[in-house]
Amino acid sequence: MELLKKSALELRDLLDKREVSSREIVETYLKRIEAVEPKVKSFVTLTAEEALQAADKADEMIKEKKAGLLTGIPIAVKDNMCTYHVETTCGSKMLENFKPPYDATVVANLKETGVPVLGKTNMDEFAMGSSTETSYYGPSRNPWDLERVPGGSSGGSAAAVAAMEAPLALGSDTGGSIRQPASLTGIVGVKPTYGLVSRYGLIAFASSLDQIGPFTRNVADSAALLNLLSGYDPKDTTSLPHARPDYMQALGKDIKGLKVGVAKDSLGDGLDKEVAATVKKSIDAFASLGAEIVEIELPHSEYALATYYLVATAEASSNLARFDGVRFGHRSQEEKDSVTMFKHTRAEGFGPEVKRRIMLGTYALSAGFYDAYYLKALKARTLIKSDFDAAFGKVDIILSPTTPSVAFKFGEKISDPLAMYLSDVFTTTANLAGIPAMSMPAGLTTNGLPIGVQLIAPALGEEIMLSAAYALEKAVGTFGLPTLEV
Amino acid sequence: MSIIDKKTVEHVANLARLYLTDAEKEDMTEILNKILDFEQKLAGLNTDGVKPMAHAVPLENVMRDDTVEESLSVREAFLNAPCEAEGFFKVPRIVEKD
Repeated sequence: MELLKKSALELRDLLDKREVSSREIVETYLKRIEAVEPKVKSFVTLTAEEALQAADKADEMIKEKKAGLLTGIPIAVKDNMCTYHVETTCGSKMLENFKPPYDATVVANLKETGVPVLGKTNMDEFAMGSSTETSYYGPSRNPWDLERVPGGSSGGSAAAVAAMEAPLALGSDTGGSIRQPASLTGIVGVKPTYGLVSRYGLIAFASSLDQIGPFTRNVADSAALLNLLSGYDPKDTTSLPHARPDYMQALGKDIKGLKVGVAKDSLGDGLDKEVAATVKKSIDAFASLGAEIVEIELPHSEYALATYYLVATAEASSNLARFDGVRFGHRSQEEKDSVTMFKHTRAEGFGPEVKRRIMLGTYALSAGFYDAYYLKALKARTLIKSDFDAAFGKVDIILSPTTPSVAFKFGEKISDPLAMYLSDVFTTTANLAGIPAMSMPAGLTTNGLPIGVQLIAPALGEEIMLSAAYALEKAVGTFGLPTLEV
Repeated sequence: MSIIDKKTVEHVANLARLYLTDAEKEDMTEILNKILDFEQKLAGLNTDGVKPMAHAVPLENVMRDDTVEESLSVREAFLNAPCEAEGFFKVPRIVEKD
């Protein structure tokens, strides 16, 4: 248990002092997974053998003094990132037996650095959902309360870190899919600036919104993991060519005089009282650190959810057209002719939420409706981004709730897609604007459930965001993780 | 409140190459109407003179040098093929026999 409680950077220290080997760390985590996985169900596929081999390679690298910041420290990877010859299901029946013939760039980076991959984590099907309940493989559970969802879509990755099944995990965030589960499971989750991290080998949901990012137990570990993830990749044409800073350098800076924006209406109606109180506490904490709190306006945020669900579904309907039973994935036995085969392959391979979103997106792009829906949403997107441009003329970062409520119970929202979509009400704006945002733990409810707050920064403002988050973490403290009585 | 009817749902399902049972068409019509009703919020937003934004990143026409690079081998490309024959992906008949 002592080893499990260490942060990634604490493990780095132990590895460098040769007090522990990567193999011992990986073996400890594999034992923990064996013990708690029946309760939490974070993983779809475990890769124990590969992880142990990678650990041995990492131990060699450490011996030869070729170790990077995270060499030898294991990680869990969301199941929508391609792993060479290891099942990558995307939470769908469609890709039940899919073994990618290549690694995603982020996975290749992990391998090169000697970061052992423990397994592939559960997710809402094709990342469409906020609870993991749409996964074909069944839901993951929130380690803080097994009757509640861990959030989604990257719920398996969040649950794995919160259940101490992994010190680090990768998620992807299209409208909040890293930040919302991080908030619901009491950990840190970062959605980087669009284009900072390569999307090559990430199975596309909405290409103009998707970004890969870290899940960690604290802010410093996120900075370390972002260092590893971030980089220009010629294989991703939306990869930003800018030089990447060392995010570790951002930690520990004085934030006196930092201008923290709080949107007028972000603490109003529809927000859980305890969530609102926690955000207010974070505002006070920033003020006591010498930051200046500035009221800002984001007048078009109220249109963000409606905009997001048109842009995301339109892009998804196009991206998911590739699943036709020809080159990979499920194929129907209904083979009267090709179109029949396509239609039945897709009917059998996709679950209800994926079908709904393909239908909505196809409708929004179809002749006669394109202008009223898709084009209108793209214009609203411009206005949402302009709001942020104006706000960041006055402030350095923006503070808001991550989610309107804490972790909800299974079945509470799954039958009403609109209620589920509302989980994303604070998170979609950052994806639409392409700017970085993160969630970090800031308190617990009286029932002991984690509450997160969100920090949003301008494009490529990860350093100031992480520096503010690090200071806030010091001020509000940490809240521990559930032991699950093992 | 009916923005989309069953006939339109059938049309869109055909465009999306998605087979729906009759019960699924009914459900889909109901839920899409609920979602589209929520989407009407956008109709009230004034977007006169606003340029559409498909992408947050101002990168355009990203090119690479026209040089030969390693790519996926034929063997790897077929590893996940549900139906393969003689180095081709096999699909049901597309062209009618005369």
